[in-house]
Amino acid sequence: MDGQQAHAYWVILLSFVLAYVLAVLPLPAWLQWGRPQWVTLTLIYWIIALPHRVGMFTALLLGIGLDVLEGAVIGQNAFALAVIALLCLSLYQRLRVFGLWQQAVVVFVLVGIDQMICQWVQNLEGLGARSTLFLLPAVASALLWPVVLHVLRGLRRHYAVT
Amino acid sequence: MRLLLVILVVAGLITADLRYHSLETTRSFLDTLGTPIYWVANLPTLVGEWTREHVSSRSELIADNERLQRENLLLQGRSLKMASLQADNVRLRALLNSTELLRDDMLVAELIGVSPDPVRHQLVLNKGSADGVFVGQPIIDAQGLIGQIVEVSVATSRALLITDATHSIPVQVNRNGVRAIAEGTGSLGSMEIRHVSATTDIREGDLLVTSGLGDRFPGGYPVGVVSVVERDPGQAFARVLASPSAQLDRSRHVLLVFTDPESRED
Repeated sequence: MDGQQAHAYWVILLSFVLAYVLAVLPLPAWLQWGRPQWVTLTLIYWIIALPHRVGMFTALLLGIGLDVLEGAVIGQNAFALAVIALLCLSLYQRLRVFGLWQQAVVVFVLVGIDQMICQWVQNLEGLGARSTLFLLPAVASALLWPVVLHVLRGLRRHYAVT
Repeated sequence: MRLLLVILVVAGLITADLRYHSLETTRSFLDTLGTPIYWVANLPTLVGEWTREHVSSRSELIADNERLQRENLLLQGRSLKMASLQADNVRLRALLNSTELLRDDMLVAELIGVSPDPVRHQLVLNKGSADGVFVGQPIIDAQGLIGQIVEVSVATSRALLITDATHSIPVQVNRNGVRAIAEGTGSLGSMEIRHVSATTDIREGDLLVTSGLGDRFPGGYPVGVVSVVERDPGQAFARVLASPSAQLDRSRHVLLVFTDPESRED
């Protein structure tokens, strides 16, 4: 497993860039609070699928990139994504055999944790949502998990990404 | 073991950015790299606008054109007196021994993105250090103050809105010069005016303008209109809310204000 050459790694990178674009895409005002966490979803998929290729280091870098894009304190999303990565790395074997909607529930919990960590760091900054709406993205992300799973799995198989 | 390392790294990053602000150049550099992402994310909006422009009927366009010409004529007529008013102003100030008031220069910038986090009121503009934008520069629209620049990269910059929860600005009541601080609350429609004592003369409907104190914002720009004044006899301070004058959620084009650095305090 170690020492195996990475193949078609560009697919992973491209999916992260696309996740970034979707993450900053302007949404209409009524959808503002329900934005699915595309970057987190993409990260979760790749860690479950290729845990030896995508891990905490990738999560950290991804988080820093997202922090810069969001204008957040550097380290906010890095922390959140690193924790998510840690959880996925310890659970991926079980997650692989879960049914689709069981996985969606796990995704809901993971994105919820992600949001709570972000909220916590934002409180350090002096910001922070005043309502529980900040958990809405977790619902939206969980609902979109089947789509993300199928698209990325299709890409992984098609390009034989390892 | 790895977890410990990660926690240390993250704690280090957060402390460096939050307390010591030492990651500004890194952030600026990464933001320059990230600019294409905002451009791509902006495409649907551009397509929408292009479609709207090209699908408008000819009569709509003619009507728009006439309305804009009339508006332009009115505005130019009003500014005819500007030159003499400014001269008057300079003379009067000289008589009162105050510093001269110099005219501010403006640069039009377009919004290419908004921070996706709804808690954060931040805009991404398409002008950067290459155009002379600097940190702390005020941004206005046709109705009033929008915010200030907080981060600059080569071709883009980020602005914080006055309604962001971490933003405050010194203001004064236009009617009587009473000074206060307007703080953002995180909601787009209102700001909190802090430290207004219960006996201060401030009313609903009062216009609040920048006071020019603090060397940050030039004075005289409309910030908001007082919407709520609650005086609780048991409290030392009144609860005053104001709604922003600028169209914070609707402006697509903003003006960056360049003030001559010599026109500062006495």
